[in-house]
Amino acid sequence: QTELLDLSTVDVILISNYHCMMALPYITEYTGFTGTVYATEPTVQIGRLLMEELVNSIERVPKAQSASMWKNKEVQRLLPAPLKDAVEVSMWRKCYTMPEVNAALSKIQLVGYSQKIELFGAVQVTPLSSGYALGSSNWIIQSHYEKVSYVSGSSLLTTHPQPMDQASLKNSDVLILTGLTQIPTANPDGMVGEFCSNLAMTVRNGGNVLVPCYPSGVIYDLLECLYQYIDSAGLSNVPFYFISPVANSSLEFSQIFAEWLCHNKQTKVYLPEPPFPHAELIQTNKLKHYPSIHGDFSNDFKQPCVVFTGHPSLRFGDVVHFMELWGKSSLNTVIFTEPDFSYLDALAPYQPLAMKCVYCPIDTRLNFIQVSKLLKEVQPLHVVCPEQYTQPPPTQSHRTDLMIDCQPPAMSYRRAEVLTLPYKRRYEKIEIMPDLADSLVPLEIKPGISLATVSAVLHTKDNKHVLQLPPKPPQPPASKKRKRVSDDVPECKSLKPLLSGSIPMDQFVQTLEKHGFSDVKVEDTAKGHIVLLQEAETLIQLEEDSTHIICDNDEPLRVKLRDLVLKFLQKF
Amino acid sequence: LLMFSWCPGAGQDVGRSCILVSIAGKNVMLDCGMHMGYNDDRRFPDFSYITQNGRLTDFLDCVIISHFHLDHCGALPYFSEMVGYDGPIYMTHPTKAICPILLEDYRKITVDKKGETNFFTSQMIKDCMKKVVAVHLHQTVQVDEELEIKAYYAGHVLGAAMFQIKVGCESVVYTGDYNMTPDRHLGAAWLDKCRPDLLITESTYATTIRDSKRCRERDFLKKVHETVERGGKVLIPVFALGRAQELCILLETFWERMNLKAPIYFSTGLTEKANHYYKLFITWTNQKIRKTFVQRNMFEFKHIKAFDRAFADNPGPMVVFATPGMLHAGQSLQIFRKWAGNEKNMVIMPGYCVQGTVGHKILSGQRKLEMEGRQILEVKMQVEYMSFSAHADAKGIMQLIRQAEPRNVLLVHGEAKKMEFLKQKIEQEFHVSCFMPANGETTTILTNPCIPVDISLGLLKRETAIGAAPDAKRPRLMHGTLLMKDNSFRLVSPEQALKELGLAEHQLRFTCRVHIQDPRKEHETVLRVYNHLKGVLKDYSVQHLPDGSITVESILIQATAHSEDQGTKVLLVSWTYQDEELGSYLTSLLKKGLPQSTP
Repeated sequence: QTELLDLSTVDVILISNYHCMMALPYITEYTGFTGTVYATEPTVQIGRLLMEELVNSIERVPKAQSASMWKNKEVQRLLPAPLKDAVEVSMWRKCYTMPEVNAALSKIQLVGYSQKIELFGAVQVTPLSSGYALGSSNWIIQSHYEKVSYVSGSSLLTTHPQPMDQASLKNSDVLILTGLTQIPTANPDGMVGEFCSNLAMTVRNGGNVLVPCYPSGVIYDLLECLYQYIDSAGLSNVPFYFISPVANSSLEFSQIFAEWLCHNKQTKVYLPEPPFPHAELIQTNKLKHYPSIHGDFSNDFKQPCVVFTGHPSLRFGDVVHFMELWGKSSLNTVIFTEPDFSYLDALAPYQPLAMKCVYCPIDTRLNFIQVSKLLKEVQPLHVVCPEQYTQPPPTQSHRTDLMIDCQPPAMSYRRAEVLTLPYKRRYEKIEIMPDLADSLVPLEIKPGISLATVSAVLHTKDNKHVLQLPPKPPQPPASKKRKRVSDDVPECKSLKPLLSGSIPMDQFVQTLEKHGFSDVKVEDTAKGHIVLLQEAETLIQLEEDSTHIICDNDEPLRVKLRDLVLKFLQKF
Repeated sequence: LLMFSWCPGAGQDVGRSCILVSIAGKNVMLDCGMHMGYNDDRRFPDFSYITQNGRLTDFLDCVIISHFHLDHCGALPYFSEMVGYDGPIYMTHPTKAICPILLEDYRKITVDKKGETNFFTSQMIKDCMKKVVAVHLHQTVQVDEELEIKAYYAGHVLGAAMFQIKVGCESVVYTGDYNMTPDRHLGAAWLDKCRPDLLITESTYATTIRDSKRCRERDFLKKVHETVERGGKVLIPVFALGRAQELCILLETFWERMNLKAPIYFSTGLTEKANHYYKLFITWTNQKIRKTFVQRNMFEFKHIKAFDRAFADNPGPMVVFATPGMLHAGQSLQIFRKWAGNEKNMVIMPGYCVQGTVGHKILSGQRKLEMEGRQILEVKMQVEYMSFSAHADAKGIMQLIRQAEPRNVLLVHGEAKKMEFLKQKIEQEFHVSCFMPANGETTTILTNPCIPVDISLGLLKRETAIGAAPDAKRPRLMHGTLLMKDNSFRLVSPEQALKELGLAEHQLRFTCRVHIQDPRKEHETVLRVYNHLKGVLKDYSVQHLPDGSITVESILIQATAHSEDQGTKVLLVSWTYQDEELGSYLTSLLKKGLPQSTP
């Protein structure tokens, strides 16, 4: 949905993880977007694999013609659910193509964790490890004085990625929190256990197991669990198949991102051994991978077996074949592990099914208990989050523990809502050039506090401000040509400092006398004094916070008096 | 503020890289290398200069290792475990992975084969590596609150990095060894325009401008091919990691293309392991290898096999890669001794050799070598030198300086004569000071850092709003008050400064009486004054108020009749100190009288 925003005015896109970039080609290729996209290297590489799989699955089954008449509101109204409830159908797009994916990805700038990236000299952005997936990031957007953290798709569990960097999120003015777990009630560890036991039971009974999944991410953890589990469960002879156009690439890529992995896996690379045990599963022929069900796979295929393949929505990809192949037998099991799709919706078109269905959603992202722990640790001034996190889930309205609870209460936003963040910018950095700094004369006003008045030339370039010593006043022109009156008009208002302090009467009179005013007369008034210089017909009103010099039009006299008064005052 | 660097080991010598940099009160040691030409105390840098002032850990804020070559990290366990340092040591992930292996290799040769004592142990290497913190490329590592470091790609060997060291707005960049042209397995070094106060660059090839890479490769292949054709043996002394992999890729593809049968061997068990590191750290290799690694792993060789010591006596041609690269010890030296007597054979030195090594001796033309036990070895085999070392040449060094725009350059890791030439070239082209300290010499560089202060946004916006149409010839002055409290510096508007200090403003006002000869009525005089001012002060706001007074900006002008002389009017011009110039100008203007108005 893009009509809210003119994407050609967006300067920067920050990508949190490879699941969050699937729409990138639509933005970079169709909207006039000319900004920069920042992402980590694993995010880009694995994101490319996900897109490649998607494009491949779609293009493998080309449609002779695509229907669009139903999008007419009058027609759509009459269609059965869920079609009739679909919103914004006119905005639906065809899937992008590989050239578009490549073009989109070529616009991404690679960044590393804790790399400080200057944007227009005004703000700095920094990706931090979010612990959720290979290369997944939270982002810090900060100026010299303000810090906004964008926390999206983070995990505190120890799986394969580098642990979440929490310390760097401290001292945030605003923390934007999103991408929490989809299944707050499910414990990922318990789910993995259930996954393994269901898998083993099915295979032992001579059935096949189908695991609809993405080609990267949780599958690495599942394979690792199975690696430890298969021998003890007596599954060493059961073949594991991983079928995806990007299966090989995904398995290979997972082994080369040592720097983005958790400590244990990093240590393995130092040995040097591959960080993930699926290398060994492949070597020992326990795990086999194929680009598709055609070709080699059809020769090697042995049952009972375990198949990992996509797409987890069950709407396209090779998973469709296996649903049809195995759906009729109650020996077989399909195990749902990806939390992104409702398994009931996914299964709907395949009903009636004899096959067993097990729902083991593994979502390692933050749950509400972890969120409150995180917020206590990080202590942001304000939390901003989507509206649904500030109330219990609609289906479980009594579960008040399934919402964000923090002080002050989180500010929530809704789709297409503009939120003003509650802080005011007060300061900015400016640099004082060394020669200017040398020329300053600090004056101690109060103990520990000094001040100096600064008159300098301000240069602003690329949002960086620099103060320089003002240039020396130009020498008056040598020619003494008479000028017209108007030539002398002061060109613009030059700022004089403010004054502060008060003038002690007696000392002032003494000073006047010392400078040749012999006829000084002082009168007291309600608020202060009046000093009279009789001969000069001049009157000086002295009060606590003001001085008024009233004289004839005698410029030298006025200037002299002015300078005497200024001696007693501080300039600001 | 001062910044100085001191080179206990680097300076004008290729061998022991070790540089100490003090920047804004922080002390950082760059590399901790050993000299392979020496077998005595001279092989390690002399740390007593640092330790005379106390413990190393107290003095140094951190240690940075640029890459895994022993002339850059060989003294590290000696330094941290035997002299004693417990602070952080920073290096990249591949360096952290490979460094302990090379150290152990080196230890074995020195202790187990040569029987030397007083050397670091395997356990010391392990303990030393525990102090290492691995860094990512471009990651900003906050060593402490003020000191930060950042690694850049150097392309010299797998995991080689250049480091930026920054305190406040002062910074130093240390290049380590680097390579500005991508080769068969690594990419080119890259720095952003970080404008450091000092760039410390290696200058191994200070005067060389190497011919095109392709020519050198063809030359190398031709020599190897010719020797093998006439039944000779080719010895290529290399270090296990780095150049070796590039040459292996080169020979592998050549053997494949030419369908050659002569065996190629790679000595020691390290090969396979080394290739494994390349595979796991493939993100550190060049674009092409990274792109194709899924289909074809460049580091799995078909023609290159593991070497066994017995093979050296086999008849017939062969090519052997053997470690170490400077023929100073180990297997390469053993094979060399066996093959040196036959003129059909050839040794190709693909890299630089430090003084004192056998490699250096034969390259400088020596043909009779005194070996251990006063044995004389006559060298009849052909000796070839091919510069494959991935160091930047003069052109590359100039290119890096252009990229980084440093304010000062310091040359290390080179030979004095060549460095002198490069120094002149740098000073001429970039107009920056260039230094080339000798071993143990200290260079002091004065920096002139800007002082960052906080400016109130109100003041800044006021200034930028007025300054919207700047006049280039007359830059506008801005006026503010710098408040200094503890260590915070804030620039605020004078009004805010007064308010924050709880002080009241003192108003200084002037009222001048100006006498004007004008017989007309008061209000007519006022009108004439008004018209006159309006005519002269075109850029100012001149107003005639209903109460009969005139304002020019905030300056007030009132007219009264002279108490004695009806023909004279008195104008009271009143302004504050802040309007000093305009007020003063107005009185002098009015004093000149009014222009004769046309009746």
